Amino acid sequence: MNWRQHNVRLAALEAQAIEIIREAEAEFANPVMLYSIGKDSSVMLHLALKAFAPSKLPFPLLHVDTTWKFREMIAFRDETAKRLGVDLQVYTNEDGVRRGVSPVASGASIHTQVMKTEALRQALDKGRFDAAFGGARRDEEKSRAKERIFSHRTQTHGWDPRSQRPELWSVFNTCLKAGESMRVFPLSNWTELDVWDYVAAEAIPVVPLYFAKPRPVVERDGALIMVDDDRLPLRAGEQPREMMVRFRTLGCYPLTGAIRSESATLDAIVDEMRQSRTSERQGRLIDHDESGSMEKKKREGYF
Amino acid sequence: MTKPSSSETSRPVLRFLTCGSVDDGKSTLIGRLLYEQGLIFDDHMTALQSDSRKHGTTGEDIDFALLLDGLEAEREQGITIDVAYRYFATPRRHFIVADAPGHEQYTRNMATGASNSDLAVILVDASKGLMPQTRRHAMIASLLGIRYVVLAINKIDLVDFRQNVFDRVVAEFTAFAAAFGFKDIRPIPLAARFGDNVLSPSSRTPWYGGPPLMAYLETVEIDDDRAAQPFRMPVQWVNRPSADFRGFAGTVAAGAVAPGDPVVVLPSGQTSRIKDVLGPQGTVERAGAGAAVTVTLASEIDIARGDMLAAPDHRPPVADQFAAHLVWMSSEPLLPGRSYLMKINHVTMTASVTELKHRIDVENLDKLAAKTLAMNEIGVANLSLARPIPFDAYADNRTTGAFILIDRYSNETVAAGMIDFALRRATNIHYQPITVTKAERSRLMTHKPVVLWFTGLSGAGKSTIANLVEASLHARGVHTTLLDGDNIRHGLNKDLGFTAGERVENIRRIGEVAKLMTEAGLVVLCSFISPFRAERRMVRELLPEGEFIEVFVDADLDACIARDPKGLYRRALAGEIKNFTGVDQPYERPENAELTLDTAHDSAATLADQVVAELIRRRVF
Repeated sequence: MNWRQHNVRLAALEAQAIEIIREAEAEFANPVMLYSIGKDSSVMLHLALKAFAPSKLPFPLLHVDTTWKFREMIAFRDETAKRLGVDLQVYTNEDGVRRGVSPVASGASIHTQVMKTEALRQALDKGRFDAAFGGARRDEEKSRAKERIFSHRTQTHGWDPRSQRPELWSVFNTCLKAGESMRVFPLSNWTELDVWDYVAAEAIPVVPLYFAKPRPVVERDGALIMVDDDRLPLRAGEQPREMMVRFRTLGCYPLTGAIRSESATLDAIVDEMRQSRTSERQGRLIDHDESGSMEKKKREGYF
Repeated sequence: MTKPSSSETSRPVLRFLTCGSVDDGKSTLIGRLLYEQGLIFDDHMTALQSDSRKHGTTGEDIDFALLLDGLEAEREQGITIDVAYRYFATPRRHFIVADAPGHEQYTRNMATGASNSDLAVILVDASKGLMPQTRRHAMIASLLGIRYVVLAINKIDLVDFRQNVFDRVVAEFTAFAAAFGFKDIRPIPLAARFGDNVLSPSSRTPWYGGPPLMAYLETVEIDDDRAAQPFRMPVQWVNRPSADFRGFAGTVAAGAVAPGDPVVVLPSGQTSRIKDVLGPQGTVERAGAGAAVTVTLASEIDIARGDMLAAPDHRPPVADQFAAHLVWMSSEPLLPGRSYLMKINHVTMTASVTELKHRIDVENLDKLAAKTLAMNEIGVANLSLARPIPFDAYADNRTTGAFILIDRYSNETVAAGMIDFALRRATNIHYQPITVTKAERSRLMTHKPVVLWFTGLSGAGKSTIANLVEASLHARGVHTTLLDGDNIRHGLNKDLGFTAGERVENIRRIGEVAKLMTEAGLVVLCSFISPFRAERRMVRELLPEGEFIEVFVDADLDACIARDPKGLYRRALAGEIKNFTGVDQPYERPENAELTLDTAHDSAATLADQVVAELIRRRVF
């Protein structure tokens, strides 16, 4: 039996996301889908393929590569693009690379600013994209809870939370002036649990890092950091240990804390999450500089 | 967290809205709901405790309001500015909560939250009773089609949990809300800060026999009457991967669709049958309201985005004029006659308010005469569209009867609209065919028709220059005429004053007259202050490309005041004339005028020569 007949809640979320994706494709001249390789991106891409079937995906995917992603993420990205036959564009801020910006040498905040926020702005300008889909959800973080589904950006990609357009029904105001752009969030109304339920219902492939497995980690500033390659300098007394861990969210490996977990299957993950006492982004070191830091980053153009 | 059972998947999400006056405790209530359910994550709780110490208003206690007030600035001011959406689940149901602000100036956000909600929790402070905002919120909830209301009478601790206070508020609200057609009003006494009747019945309100708030929200069934309605699907996207597949993608707005069903396409009126219905999982036997589908038809007919597929025996009306309720959301007031963009059922087109019938006093629902709507005001208006569209009354369908109005310059969403009914069927309108064409008249004239539109401040020199230009053209054998304040305001437009709305109508009529005169083949010189960009653009768009030449007579305001040829500035500055451009009404400088005349440096005669030279350059004659 088709799961949609008994899970009306998830079926409604799926239909709404498809409507949003179609609307953006119909309204904008040159949209692009931000593909961050994580579970939300996997779900968003899956929905986009459904939205336009039997046509091909009518826009490219864009991955902003900081060069510090987990190796398994990059392998998964390339394999996914090949398997689905989609146009994947990869952009790296080469200027940042030349200047030696990295999470190790420059710290989380400068690395994020240069290699993610600035890189994204450069990539959007270069591609002359007037709309960019993102997999962000409103349940992730407080400032996201107030963001529109169609969220306006200025010519310099800035977000002004104080003058957002009211968003009524599913009637989206998509008007832009020259040089302005829109961020579009089809998963706005999804929760983390919805994403996993959907991954399970539709058997969507996700990066293996989400599943528990023994991995080499060091404990640093209260987080478990996986030693993914030899670029992570070990501090005095640090010795990588094999631990049974998995990742709840994926980013740059030196900035993404693993969680101790035995959950090696989708069912186990969903069960674990229903018991969880911490939020999803708790493992993301870049969010914790100070309260309100996500809002600051978003105003500057971060997703 | 508790593990949801299978019942949470089979119930639709309950989308509800919390609203109330400032300090009624909305955010506190939601924070308390989440906290009591054990739904606040540990790291969020830690941040909340630290934020409470820094910004909190509840002393040593946790300030739950801070959990929802997401944006920095408002956290510092201690107010909720925007709509925030929260997601939570219990073993019985999933919820999306829209937290709408209580401040009067942010009522637009409440309408926004209401448009996406099925139920409203309206908070009332028991110690204060019903406030003007309570009435406003009940009215907006009703207007936006919400049929279920929880009347949450909060801070019942402040009135010593007295039943008579509760009963009085309930009676007052019920009387007021009788006109709103709510299906269910459920009053509940609460002390959100302490948790009374939030999750479990409070021992301090023994006189209350109803369910606590959470139990009610978990079990309330929202009637979805869309399923029983005739089929509607606005076409969102035409799917054409190859010559052998032509599908129409959209979301079913009402009824259901199945292969073999007859359909009519509106506004064209062509009919066909459904061949296949594709859902997200492939071909399906049937798709109901809310499903995102792609359908194919048995015959090839021309269908575009914005057309509507409908049941042929229950067609929606098609019209280019209708009556609607408007909630005005912009700091720029509504101007009847001004051209806005309207987005409805995936079509965007120009539309204008032809008549504002009345404004609604939200305190007592009185109909008040009005010439405009300011931010947060609600009115009933007649609208005229650029072309006929299919739609349903909002009362019948919250999807196909809803629209927004967009300002053409700022791109701001200025109004939410709900259609009441069509004013007349567009199918009855025919244009009189014209046999002698504009081109033929122009050929006889030996020059092209254009409108020269002189705009600028009073006293800038518009009429002086226009007169010189006309004399020069006349001498060259060009057929001209001149429209200015003197010959228009004293005749055609003598019924109009100088409010912003009347200025719009003034320019609209002048534009139409100028257009008729270009059809007669004339070069029409128009000399009007015309302070608003939107109206100048409206005239520009009446005319074919290239026939509107905007001439900006640029003069410094101080210079105009010093010159003051008619003594008008002196009187305006003394307060004797209201709505005077440059004094108490703005002048919006043209952004892309075809010609800008610099009156500070050149004489009127030189500037007139520049205008004539421009016409020669454009090969007008």
